[in-house]
Amino acid sequence: MNPDTVMPDVEALVTEATNAIAEATTTEEIRSVGAAVTGKKSPLAEASRALGQMDPEDRKVLGQRLGEARGVVEAALESRRDELRYAELAAEMAASRLDLTEYVPGSVPGPMARGHLSLVTQTRDSLEDVFVGMGFEVAEGPEIETDWYNFGALNIPPAHPARGMWDTFYLHLGEPESTLLRTHTSPVQIHLMEQAVLNGTLPIHAVMPGRCYRRDTPDARHLAVFHQIEGLVVDRGITFADLAGTIETFTRAYFGPDIHSRLRPAFFPFTEPSAEFEVTCAICRGEGCRTCSQTGWIELGGCGMVDPAVFASVGIDADEWTGFAFGFGIDRCAQMRHQIADMRALIENDVRFLRQF
Amino acid sequence: MRVSLSWLRDFAPFEGSASELSAVLDDLGLVVEGVEQVGEGVGDVIVARVLEIGAIEGADKIRRVVVDHGSGPIQVVCGAWNFVEGDLVAFAPVGAVLPGDFAIGKRKMKGVTSEGMLCSGRELRLSEDHAGILVLNDTPGAEPGQLLVDVLGIVPDVVFDIAVEANRPDAWCVAGVARDLAARLNLPFVIPTTSDLVERGSGSPAPVPAAAAGPDVASLASVVVDDLELCPRFTARVLTGVRVTDSPAWLARRLTAAGMRPINNVVDASNYVMLELGQPTHPYDLDRLPGGGLLVRRAEAGETLTTLDDVVRTMGRPGPGLGDTGQDCLICDAEGTPVGVGGVMGGASSEIGDDTSRVLLEAAYFVPMAIARTSKRLNLRTEASARFERGCDPAGIDRAAERFCELVALTAGPELALATGTLDVVGDAPEPLEIAVRPERVNALLGTEFDAATIAGLLEPLGMTAAPLGGSFDPVAVVVPTFRPDIRPAPMGEADLAEEVARTYGYVRLPRRQPAWPQPGGLTERQKARRMLKDVLCGLGASEAWTTAFLSEADLLAADATPPFIEVANPLVESERFLRTTMIPGLLQAVRYNAERRQGDVRLFEIGEVFARVEIADPEGPPAVETERLAVVFCDAGDDAMSAVAAWHTIADALGLATWELEQGPRRNEASRALHGHRSGTILCAPDADAGFDRRSILGVVGELDPSLIESFGLVNADGRPRRVGWLDLDLGVLLDPRLAPRRSLHAVPPSRFPSSDVDLAFVVPDEVPAQMVEVTLRAAGSDLLESVRLFDVYRGESLGEGVRSLAYRLRFCAPDRTLTDVDVGGLRQACIDAVESAHRATLR
Repeated sequence: MNPDTVMPDVEALVTEATNAIAEATTTEEIRSVGAAVTGKKSPLAEASRALGQMDPEDRKVLGQRLGEARGVVEAALESRRDELRYAELAAEMAASRLDLTEYVPGSVPGPMARGHLSLVTQTRDSLEDVFVGMGFEVAEGPEIETDWYNFGALNIPPAHPARGMWDTFYLHLGEPESTLLRTHTSPVQIHLMEQAVLNGTLPIHAVMPGRCYRRDTPDARHLAVFHQIEGLVVDRGITFADLAGTIETFTRAYFGPDIHSRLRPAFFPFTEPSAEFEVTCAICRGEGCRTCSQTGWIELGGCGMVDPAVFASVGIDADEWTGFAFGFGIDRCAQMRHQIADMRALIENDVRFLRQF
Repeated sequence: MRVSLSWLRDFAPFEGSASELSAVLDDLGLVVEGVEQVGEGVGDVIVARVLEIGAIEGADKIRRVVVDHGSGPIQVVCGAWNFVEGDLVAFAPVGAVLPGDFAIGKRKMKGVTSEGMLCSGRELRLSEDHAGILVLNDTPGAEPGQLLVDVLGIVPDVVFDIAVEANRPDAWCVAGVARDLAARLNLPFVIPTTSDLVERGSGSPAPVPAAAAGPDVASLASVVVDDLELCPRFTARVLTGVRVTDSPAWLARRLTAAGMRPINNVVDASNYVMLELGQPTHPYDLDRLPGGGLLVRRAEAGETLTTLDDVVRTMGRPGPGLGDTGQDCLICDAEGTPVGVGGVMGGASSEIGDDTSRVLLEAAYFVPMAIARTSKRLNLRTEASARFERGCDPAGIDRAAERFCELVALTAGPELALATGTLDVVGDAPEPLEIAVRPERVNALLGTEFDAATIAGLLEPLGMTAAPLGGSFDPVAVVVPTFRPDIRPAPMGEADLAEEVARTYGYVRLPRRQPAWPQPGGLTERQKARRMLKDVLCGLGASEAWTTAFLSEADLLAADATPPFIEVANPLVESERFLRTTMIPGLLQAVRYNAERRQGDVRLFEIGEVFARVEIADPEGPPAVETERLAVVFCDAGDDAMSAVAAWHTIADALGLATWELEQGPRRNEASRALHGHRSGTILCAPDADAGFDRRSILGVVGELDPSLIESFGLVNADGRPRRVGWLDLDLGVLLDPRLAPRRSLHAVPPSRFPSSDVDLAFVVPDEVPAQMVEVTLRAAGSDLLESVRLFDVYRGESLGEGVRSLAYRLRFCAPDRTLTDVDVGGLRQACIDAVESAHRATLR
C-alpha cells in the first residue's frame, strides 16, 4: 500500500473541526458538533482506524499527529462548550429577571410552621431576664480584642503562666500575638470601666453575655466557640457578701427555689479574693450521684472581688470603689438544663434538634 | 498532685475520715479531684508457696494449684499463668474480704473445689497490674503463712488527688497542703526531722546513718553564676563516696503512691524532696562534669543543646509571643558546655548512674517569668519548670538540700561524706514582704467585722507573722514568707491577705447579702430590637442556626468575599484559618447538613459577627472591623427571592422603619457575585439628616443566591437544576441605629372616622421601571388624602407586548375631617393617572 495516497491531511481535519466548533451557537448544537468531530464516525476516528493497515514507521508518525490533533479539537470543544453554557446560563438568569418591588402582599405563601430559637439564645435570654430583674444592665463588646483588653488589663501580663488557663486563637493582625479572639467576656468589663471612668458614670451594674473562643478540640463538654455571661458590679460598699448573695439569688431564680450555691476558694488573676461557685446538682437535688461525682454540687463558674490591679489599669480608686465579678458558660447552662449529652449538638444546626425547643 | 494521708500526717496529727478531710481541702481551694483508698481490705491476705500446678479436665483457661499457706497444703483453682511451682504468691483464704467488699467463699469449678483465691495486684488495689497473680519471690522476708500487710509493710492509706491553683506553688507539695489543712483545723504544723521520717516509715526508731564530714566543698567543685538576673540564687552541695542503690522501701512506696517511679537512692531523694517540700533539685555526677563544677549563664542567640528527651533545642532567640525576651538560662559544666536548661530540664551527659560516687546537688531559685517564657517557647513542661515558673521559695533551698543529703545518707553506704559548706551564689532573690493590713480594708472586701486579733489569728497558722499594731481596728503588721509569692506588696497585697483570712476562716462561713442599688436594670434598645427580630424570624418559619466563624479561603472566595481576610495564626483545622466576612458559607453548610438528612426544606437564620480588616490601622482604635449581621436563608418548598422580600417587608414593619427602598441588583460590593444578578437587590434608606448623616444608608441585600453557588452545595431539585434559594442579609449596625435607619414617628395618628373610597388602577409599565417607583409617584400624586396604596396584581402576557407588564394598584382615599365626594375622588384618580403616565412611560390599561 502506498501511504501517500491514504495519508489524510491532518491539518485540514483540524481546521474543519475547529471551524465547525466555532460556528456552534447553542449547547445543543455543540453537542452534535462534538459527536461529528470526535465521535466514532468523525474523520479523525476514521483516520485512526486506518492506522492499523499502515507500516509501523508511518503508523507511529501519523498516530502521534492524530493524537495531537484530537487534543486540539477536544480543547476547542471544551472551551466553546463552557462559553456557550455560561452564556446560556447568563441569558437564562437574565430572562428570569425579577423586579423585587413587584411584591404583591399576600401572594407569597407563609411558613407552614414557626421557627425555633437556638437553645443558646433561649438560655441567654432567660439568664439576661433574671439579671435584669436584679437590677443589671446588659453590655456587649467585640469578639476580636487586643492583648491588653483580653489579658494585660486583667492582670495577666505577657508570658504569665496563668495564660495557660486559656488556649488562645491569635490573629495575623499587627504584632505577633497582639490581637486575638477573646477567650472570655472579661474584656467587656475593661471597656465598661474605662467608659465609666471617662464619662464619670460609675457605678456599674452589668452583665456581659457573648461569644468566646478557645483553642480546644471540641468534645462532648467543650466547644472551641462558646458563650459566656459575666457580671460586674462596681459601687461603693460592695463586699464579698454581696457577691455571695447575688450568686445565691441568681441560682434560685434561674434554677429553681431548691437549688442553692456555695463558693470555694480559687484563683483568677483578675479577682481577689476569688472563688469557684457551685450549685446544687439538679439531677440528685444534692443527694450525690454520678453526674456530680457524689458531691451533690455542680461547678458552674468563677467569681471574686475585682482585683485592685484591674482597678489600677482602668484608673479606679480601689479604696473608694469595690466591686465583684462573676462568669459562667451559657452553653453549659443549656447543657445542664436540657441534659444534652454532647454539646456539639448545639452547632450541628439539625432542625430535628432545634424543633424540640 | 497525689498526696497520701499518711504523708500529710508527718506534719500534723490529722484525724477524720477521707470525705471529711476532702471537704475541708475543697473549702481551702485545694480541690480534691479524686480519693483513692489503698491497702484496705488486704488484712486477710497471706503469703503462700506454690507446691503443685495441675490441669483440670475439660478446662483450658483454669488450672488446679496446690499452695502451702503456712499450715499445710490447700487446693485452689486459678485462671492466671504467670507463676511456676516454688513461687511465693498472695493468697486469700476462704472467709477473707477483699477491697470492694469482695468475700472469698468455697467454690467448685469443673468439679474441682477451690479453697480460696490467688490475688492480682489490682484485685488487692495495690497496683494496676491485673495480668497475673502478685508474685512475692523478691520480697525480702516473705515466708508462707505471713500476713501480706506485714511483708509489704502496708498501712491502709488514702491518696487525695488535689488540683493546686496556678498561684499556689507553696501548696504544690505535701508540706504546703498540710500547712493549709493544719491552719484550718487548728493543729500544730511541724516539718519532721529525717529520723522522724524513718521511724514513721519503717515503724521502728532505728538509728539513722548520717554522712561523715568531708573536706571543704570549694576544694571539690566550683559554681559560677554569670547571670544573677535569671538565676538570683544558686547553691550546690557535694557528696562523696556515694553508693548508688535502691531507696528505703518506705520512701519508694511514698513516691509510688504519689505517682512517681522509684529509680535509685539519689534520684529518688531529689524527687522526694520536691514532693515533700516543693523545691526541685538536680543531682549531677560530679565526675561527669568537665572542669568539676557548674557555670550558670544566659544562652547565646541560636545556641543549641540536646535535652534529656533527646531533642535538639535552639536557645536564646525570642519566640513569636508578646513579651518573650528570648532569654534562656543555661546550666553548663565548668568549661561552658551546656548540660541543661536551667529550671526546666537536665542533660543526659551528667546523669546519675550506677557507678556514680561523687554527687553535686543543684538547688536554685530561677526567676519565674523567665522559666515560663523558656518553657512555653520550647514547649517543654516538666515537674521542675511547672514549679519554678510559679515561684519556688528561695529561702527553702537550704532545708531542701539538707533533706536530700540526709535521705541519701540512709542508704549510700559507710564511705559517704558530705563536703563541708555550700557553694552559694546569691543575687537579688525575693525577701519576705511586710504589709500593714487594715482590718477596715479586709472587712470592706469580705463583708465581715473581723478585728485585728482575729485577722492575725487567721494569718499566723499559714506561716506568716502577724502582729496587731494597736487597737482592735488598727493595722496588723504582717510578714509574708518567701514561700508565698502569690501575695503581692501593698496595696494589692491587702486583697491577697484578705483572701487568706477568708480561706482560713472558711468561705462557707462568710456572710451573704443581696445588694440593692437605685439604678434600674434593663436591655438597650438595640438588644430589645435584636430579640424582637429573632421572634419575628421564628414567626416567619425560620429557625436559628449557629454556624462557624472559621472558614477556608475556598469557601470565602466561592461566596465572593473580598480578600484579604483576617487569618488565624494557630487554627484548629489548618484549612479553616480565616474569619468569616459573610454568613453565606455557614448557612448553606447548615442547609446542606439538613438536606443530607432529608430535611432540606428549611429556613434558617443567624445573627452574628462578621469580620474585616481595618483599612487604615489606628493604634488607638479597634484592631478589626466587626459587623453584626442578620442573615436568613430561605430554602423551604416554594421559596425564592420573593420569600426573602416578603420577610423583609415584615421586618421593616416590625421595626417601624419610616422609609426604605429597594434598588434592583446587588451593588458592586462584598459578596455581590454570590447573589443572583437579576433576582436580588440592595435595601437603602435615607438617614436622619438632623443627626448629621447625609449618605444613604445601605441596610443590606435581599433576593436569591447565585444558582451556581447553590449547585456547588448540592442543593438541587429533582431535575438536577439548582434550587431557588432566597437570601436576606442585613447590617444590624445600620438597621438598628435610628440615626441611620429612622423609625416612624411615635405620635399617634387617629384613624379617620369618615368612610374611605377605593380606586383600582392598572398601568402597563415598561419592565425597567421598578414597581416601587410607580408607587412613589402614586403616593405623591395622591396627596395626604391617599390613605394606602397596595399592589394587588402583576400580569405579563402576549396581549401586552414585550418588555412591559401590567401593575394593578388599589388606592384608598380618605379625609380626616369629611367624606370625600365623587368629584374629589375623580380628581385624585386623574391626578394619579397623569402622574404615572408622564413619569414612567406608562399607560392606563
